[in-house]
Amino acid sequence: MNRPQIDPGTTEVLRLRPPRHRVSSRAIIWWTTQAALEVAAVVIPLGIAAIVWGTALPWLVPGTGVVAAIGLAYLLVMPRWRFRVHRWETTDHAVYTAQGWINQEWRVAPMSRIQTVDTERGPLQQLFGLATVTVTTASAAGALRLVGLDRAVADDLVAQLTETTQATRGDAT
Amino acid sequence: MPRDRRPGHQPAFHPERRPFVSPRGGGLVSASGGSNWQRLDPRMLAVTPLRLLGGFLPVIAVVLIIGIGGDFGSRVYGLLAGVLFVLIAGTLRWFTTRYRIDSDRVELRSGLLFRSARSIPRDRIRTVDVTAGLVHRIFRLSVLKIGTGERSDGGESRELTLDAIAASEADRVRQRLLDPSGAGRDHETVAPAAEVLAALRWSWLRFAPLTVSSLVALGAVGGAFAQLVNDVGAEAVDVGKVGQRLTTAPLWLGVTVLTVVILLVALVGSVLVFIEAWWGFRLVREPGGTLRIRRGLLTTRSVSLEERRLRGVAVVESLLLRAGRGARTVAVATGLGGHQGHGRGNLLPPAPTTEAHRVSGVVLAEMPSPTSTLLHRHPRAALRRRLVRAAVPVLATAVALWFAPVPAWAMWLTLVLLLPVTVLLAVDAYRNLGHALTSHYLVTRHGAGIRATVALQRSGVIGWTVSQSLFQRRLDLVTVTATTAAGHGAYAIIDVSTSAGLAVARQAVPELLDPFLQHEVVVPGTH
Repeated sequence: MNRPQIDPGTTEVLRLRPPRHRVSSRAIIWWTTQAALEVAAVVIPLGIAAIVWGTALPWLVPGTGVVAAIGLAYLLVMPRWRFRVHRWETTDHAVYTAQGWINQEWRVAPMSRIQTVDTERGPLQQLFGLATVTVTTASAAGALRLVGLDRAVADDLVAQLTETTQATRGDAT
Repeated sequence: MPRDRRPGHQPAFHPERRPFVSPRGGGLVSASGGSNWQRLDPRMLAVTPLRLLGGFLPVIAVVLIIGIGGDFGSRVYGLLAGVLFVLIAGTLRWFTTRYRIDSDRVELRSGLLFRSARSIPRDRIRTVDVTAGLVHRIFRLSVLKIGTGERSDGGESRELTLDAIAASEADRVRQRLLDPSGAGRDHETVAPAAEVLAALRWSWLRFAPLTVSSLVALGAVGGAFAQLVNDVGAEAVDVGKVGQRLTTAPLWLGVTVLTVVILLVALVGSVLVFIEAWWGFRLVREPGGTLRIRRGLLTTRSVSLEERRLRGVAVVESLLLRAGRGARTVAVATGLGGHQGHGRGNLLPPAPTTEAHRVSGVVLAEMPSPTSTLLHRHPRAALRRRLVRAAVPVLATAVALWFAPVPAWAMWLTLVLLLPVTVLLAVDAYRNLGHALTSHYLVTRHGAGIRATVALQRSGVIGWTVSQSLFQRRLDLVTVTATTAAGHGAYAIIDVSTSAGLAVARQAVPELLDPFLQHEVVVPGTH
């Protein structure tokens, strides 16, 4: 390691580096669609209520407007933010993921402790050619979810993980 | 019985499952094949109806006294029919249940209309619990519960209960199932010497009122009292009037007397619960690497825990216990099932903190105990987070009250009463934060009110989760969570500085985190 000499008065700190691979860029569309559906589920009933009872309850109209604005901001910001955060990487010894947007989370699981590797594809994910890979360990709290991967990438990943974990079989606890 | 009683003979049993092939691969188990299917103890023919009838007593009483229509005679006949049905149903279970323990697996078959068969491979057995309620004890019987500790997510529950077999037999079976070296020689006669790690001391009774059971007792009494006041409210007022003539402050007297009574009931109740649960408590280490806890006055319980399943120990101190310098010791082990396995992990009754740490050390075979290691404090920013979280809801409530149509003193009362409490809890929560690394253990402590110090085997860590909320990011804090197969599945170092937290994680499990870390040079004042 030829790190530059540390100047006196500075400190060296440890940071997690982002995992190497981004998820598929189509994940942005997927997250946006999901968010749009969620927002619509709230805003549309509110809008109908505002049309029907708008005269009796005048605050319903601006209220719906505010909710719709927040919803719009959410579905514009969240998917792009997520796309910047969500990343993944595998080495010979471990799987490493990053996820979240406002609150973020990094997870590491050693290959030798991996118990199962599952793929799932919801209807929306199928539409956009995406897949979610779930890597579980013996811990009740330790599952790694790689969401929004390109389907082909996911298939390769599952094959690779299955092969690697079979090579290092143990009790995994 | 409409059944072939030859042991082992099972016609067309769950065709979708694999046939019951003999473990040695010698074809299907046949009636003549020397299989050793056994019945539960015949004394269950008496115990089951007794217990069922005990449960039905209130119903019987209600039917006899109040009645559910019809004249007295038909009521009696109806009851008799009901009782007879219960008796038959109870005994049927005995006739239709068989179990078998051979060198590879434990099997249980039961049911007449709804048949069930359960089979557990012996190398999957993680826990063997022996319990005996009052009725069982009178008949010298024990319930044997064999568990694999596997989470039954969707699949069948991997637990097998033999209710009940002779107490002496239960003990033998327990030993046979747990001692791997005893697998071959099934006729274990000499019980090898066990090392006693801890035993009950009656001075620990002083912790009984400081546990949850006293609160439960208090709640029960409180509920009963509320009911009483509700029912005889008028009389209570009359009593107050009578009292008014006698003393100048009858209300205060009444409240005081009542408080004393409630406290006494809680005290006595919690002490009784403690005595019932922990009578004869003994924690021993048996040869073959098993920890065994025996306890109980009316219902006796024996819990066994394989040491190779142990991943650590937690010393848990609730607020009240801490005030009395008491603590509990809980095992962090795989295969206990669920969250601490319904109290299965309790290694010690509420006991002095020093004893809790001593037992932790003895159980982990590491002295002094990792749980009593000196811990690193967390940054002051963690205190700030806690103070903000404590103050904001109270202040928000106060503001809301200020604008609400209530008198102004409501707001001040909220501030004066609530704010100190939440702030004190926040300071306590901050002071409880800590972490350390010993040669074999990762130690972490946190909790407001209930404080838990967990020592987790470094080799038992099977992954890391590092999480950071928006607020944590601004303060350069993270929560580093070690995932493990044991206990809760995850143990966290909360609100540690990013660099220190990652350093601990890196050091605790060599080489796992290294490839994902980078060094950053920070010039003070630029961050």
